[in-house]
Amino acid sequence: MTLVYALTIAAYMGCGLYMMLSRHAVRMILGLALLTNGAIFLIFFAGRMGATSPPVIPRGIDALAADAANALPQALALTAIVIGFALTAFAAVLALQTYRALGTLDVREMRAAESLGAPDAPSSGRVKSDG
Amino acid sequence: MVDRVVDFSALLVVWPVLIPILAAAVTACLWAWPTAQRAVGIASLVLLLGASLVLVWTVASEGVVAKQFGNWAAPFGISFVADPLSAAMVAISGLLAFAVGIFALADIRPRQERAGFHPLFLGLIAGVNGAFLTGDIFNLYVWFEVMLIATLGLLVINRGKAQLDGALKYAVLNLFGTILFLIAVALLYGATGTLNMAHLARILPGMEMSPGLTASALLFLAAFGIKAGVFPLFFWLPASYHTAPIAIAAIFAGLLTKVGVYAAFRVFTLLFEMEGGFMREIVAVVAALTMITGVLGAAIQWNVRRILSFHIISQIGYMLMGLAIATPVAIAGAVFYIIHHIIVKANLFLLAGAIHRAAGTDDLRKAGGLLKSHPWLAVLFLIPALSLAGLPPLSGFWAKFLVIDASLRVEAWWLAAVALVVGALTLFSMSKIWMEAFWKKPVLVRATPRTVPAAFLIPIALLGAVTLGIGLFADPFIEYARVATAALVDPAQYIAEVLPTLQPASPTGLAEIIENKGAVQ
Repeated sequence: MTLVYALTIAAYMGCGLYMMLSRHAVRMILGLALLTNGAIFLIFFAGRMGATSPPVIPRGIDALAADAANALPQALALTAIVIGFALTAFAAVLALQTYRALGTLDVREMRAAESLGAPDAPSSGRVKSDG
Repeated sequence: MVDRVVDFSALLVVWPVLIPILAAAVTACLWAWPTAQRAVGIASLVLLLGASLVLVWTVASEGVVAKQFGNWAAPFGISFVADPLSAAMVAISGLLAFAVGIFALADIRPRQERAGFHPLFLGLIAGVNGAFLTGDIFNLYVWFEVMLIATLGLLVINRGKAQLDGALKYAVLNLFGTILFLIAVALLYGATGTLNMAHLARILPGMEMSPGLTASALLFLAAFGIKAGVFPLFFWLPASYHTAPIAIAAIFAGLLTKVGVYAAFRVFTLLFEMEGGFMREIVAVVAALTMITGVLGAAIQWNVRRILSFHIISQIGYMLMGLAIATPVAIAGAVFYIIHHIIVKANLFLLAGAIHRAAGTDDLRKAGGLLKSHPWLAVLFLIPALSLAGLPPLSGFWAKFLVIDASLRVEAWWLAAVALVVGALTLFSMSKIWMEAFWKKPVLVRATPRTVPAAFLIPIALLGAVTLGIGLFADPFIEYARVATAALVDPAQYIAEVLPTLQPASPTGLAEIIENKGAVQ
């Protein structure tokens, strides 16, 4: 079971890294989403897997049962899911807006920031800047 | 229930985060009233500066201060800890936020205010202070993400082509960095069963460096390396920093990379050792390459902001150099370096804004004649510029002196040589800005010189005065850096303050319970 989980996480991470190597911004963002999910699986896995009972203390007893699940990784995974979702959503909107502004999401053609004030920029005309 | 009076002094460690978060919420509610947002922003920055100074005073006189959220005992809840290093970082960022807040009054346009400048700026400060103060490694990850989202919002505040392009590159590389951080946290938790840094500091020295822990340490190094902008992970920085409005670029330049450096110092003194496994060699080579690539990247640029962006990278190398040498003298030097650098670097960006205002351009080839039209600006520029290059008696001289002296003591000649050559090249870049913008005859003669608003000059003068103060009265600051280093090298007080119930006398205790629990599952 452990090996299956480990291989699944490895496959997730591998796919994510492969997508990150793309030159297309949307594929990169998908790769980031996969990597985030892989990391969340890893957190969950770090809390040890196994047949456990819910981490609830029954009435009349003041300690957890020995086979109770570890609640902390679940809290961590939830936090990481929320953060990962928010940032992936932001990155997607950013990519959409960038596409609308630049007309491309191929990083080879995205030179707007690079050419702003570049040393080899043509020195005619004032360098535009928003400060 | 009512008789339980809230003790405000107990919240000492929390105020530097609570004030900007509350202010961010209030300014977000005042969305339609930019004037009110401005007032709330400045008021909260004054309060924040006060709270940070009280915190640093308390820590300096009474030692480490810790606070457990919800009164959950230490390893179970989230702790906030202020040791001398984090208190100093909070105080410096409070000062910087105040200075940049004043600068922003004249720099940030109504359109940018309507796009949410104030809430995002205050949110960023909250994230930075949270990262400095937290005593929990997962919580540090959360603050990193708070910082990241606020940063991205500030970067695209103009929605221009260059901003969007820069922000997308910034977002992808920094998100990748935080994912590495998250993986490192997961591996660390899997090996130790705890996330509280003080608790980790107690457990880890007794553990063997398993492959999982080694991977975790290397991932931490890579994640903080991306945040700090070290070679070869710095490409997001020169791709984006020059596109942001100058007040925003100044706060980024001052604080963001330094949070990465701070986190590296925290993790590689408190949790992991620098000894063994080629860690020191890796960090030393990375530090040297960071210094060199940064300064050479700056040398070919003609745009003031791009020159300064590349110099952030080269200066990060000096701080890492202190971590690589890892003797107490070297770490003290690096701590002093961080404090000096935050002030100087942000001040130079503010000056770049003032130069832009006075000359009408960021391009040095087209600027000129500012010495005649704005002599005071020239004087104010010289202070941080010469300090960055490391000329006595300014703060940069002491910072470089301490770090290079430490490298000579351990006979790391090549590292010292690199640092000295890079210092000379820094002077070259600074004199380039001086010659082109201030000294040479103006390319375009104006009948009436363009005025630089007082809201630009006041923060520049304030930060310049601090730089001069650190340089002329370096002794108390160096002494403070030594105290901070002593607390980093020997974290006994840090651990005792966070985990008062678990004294080292009884090694059996919580760690064992947690380990048993891990084994059961």
